Amino acid sequence: MEQFGWYSEKVIEHFQHPRNMGEIENPDGVGLVGNPICGDMMKITIKVKDNLIEDIKFKTFGCGAAIATSSMVTELVKGKTIEEALKVTNKTVAEALGGLPPIKMHCSLLAEEAVKAAIDDYRQRRGKADE
Amino acid sequence: MKAIYMDHNATTPLDERVLEAMMPYLKEEFGNASSVHSLGIRARAAIEEARGKVAQALGCSPKEVVFTGCGTESDNLAIKGVAYANRDKGDHIITSRIEHHAVLHACQYLEKQGFRVTYLPVDGYGQVDPDDVRKAITDKTILITIMHANNEVGTVQPIAEIGKIAKERGVYFHTDAIQTVGKLPTKVDELGVDLLSLSAHKLYGPKGVGALYIRNGVKLHPLLHGGPHEWNRRAGTENVAGIVGLGKAIELAMEGLEEEAQYLTALRERLYEGLRSSIDHIRLNGHPTQRLPGTLSLCFEYIEGESIIMGLDLKGVAVSSGSACTSASLEPSHVLLAMGVPPAIAQGSVRFSLGRDNTEEQVDYVIEELPPIVARLREISMFSPEVPFSAMAGPRPRSH
Repeated sequence: MEQFGWYSEKVIEHFQHPRNMGEIENPDGVGLVGNPICGDMMKITIKVKDNLIEDIKFKTFGCGAAIATSSMVTELVKGKTIEEALKVTNKTVAEALGGLPPIKMHCSLLAEEAVKAAIDDYRQRRGKADE
Repeated sequence: MKAIYMDHNATTPLDERVLEAMMPYLKEEFGNASSVHSLGIRARAAIEEARGKVAQALGCSPKEVVFTGCGTESDNLAIKGVAYANRDKGDHIITSRIEHHAVLHACQYLEKQGFRVTYLPVDGYGQVDPDDVRKAITDKTILITIMHANNEVGTVQPIAEIGKIAKERGVYFHTDAIQTVGKLPTKVDELGVDLLSLSAHKLYGPKGVGALYIRNGVKLHPLLHGGPHEWNRRAGTENVAGIVGLGKAIELAMEGLEEEAQYLTALRERLYEGLRSSIDHIRLNGHPTQRLPGTLSLCFEYIEGESIIMGLDLKGVAVSSGSACTSASLEPSHVLLAMGVPPAIAQGSVRFSLGRDNTEEQVDYVIEELPPIVARLREISMFSPEVPFSAMAGPRPRSH
């Protein structure tokens, strides 16, 4: 397979066959980060049960790296506990993809923040429910 | 795997005949054109023959053609050269907001040196209004620089009209014709210009060589000081092989100009019609008719440009985009923004620039392969006609 410029095979693989693409109906948490004006936006929806991320889906407006990092982050986080999910950093994502060109590292950062935003949202909603 | 190249505005493949013309000067005819022995004299003759071909293409005298290392250098020489040489007359330069960075950044540099620059706006098609030029001229204006056609969207500017205005007011007029020489007629008297930049690798010639037309009488400082090359306008041992290549390339381009323009226009329209009929929510960027024959710039709504390029590249098709992700600066196309394209939509731009090696078969292949790529990316995107860009704007992450 021809390599697209600077992307690793794993990035291309996730770009062509993204995992967990879509939106969860009635999610327990929604993380929306980025801005289409900047060229990068990610939406992550999660379903949480017994402190586990039971299900997670992503939607992304962005470049190949943005799509690959959001796909990878859902793969890394699915089935993990909330605490484990919060430990996933942009470095973890980039490494799992076999590395990213320096100029694309901000995409992995966005993916990390999208997950954190979804979990934040989940906790806020639960906090309100507990009140 | 197919290899379909549709990025001719970025660069063009070297024509076989150009390579053939260059070969001797890369091998046994390696003389320095300034040497007074036979080897040098033959190199000199080759350069002057090439110069004659460029002069013929532009409709000027050979003495008005200066060879440079690239189009960017030609632009820099024209702008900085004229600015510094005419500082006693004035310090004001007029240009447009959609120029290539070679012009824009040279102007911005001059601003730091104390010059004043007016960056004229463009309309939705990317065209400068000659009236705006007229209104912007002051008695301190020493240079107007407006590109002949834009590299990103292909829109052709009203150069002849602006040329008349410049002449009336006695202001030097430069045009960056890097995208038009070899594609459209570029006779300097018809265009009414005093300076004109061109670059070999945009017309099936080699990289590393360009030229600047400088009308007889124009005062300009050189950028490169050293030997007396190019009548003391551009020091440096000449790139003989490159110059010979440029000469051959421009000669070939002039021979086939009309025919090729017709061919590429038809091919471009075929591509546009084909894509338009199978993909919705796409916008054409640039003037529908006053455009470079082979250039087709489109915005695909709800998705991002680099991902489209990647999808096409994986199918063997090479194109480019004006999205932030494809520029080293992470800024979206200044050209599209100046034309009033909303930033989020500008991020979804793709430029097809066809050339003489493209065929109907290749165009039909793209028409077939692009729709599923776009459809897939639209599935992945959170935006759609039902959820437009305005509906969602998340918080900016700390990295931005």
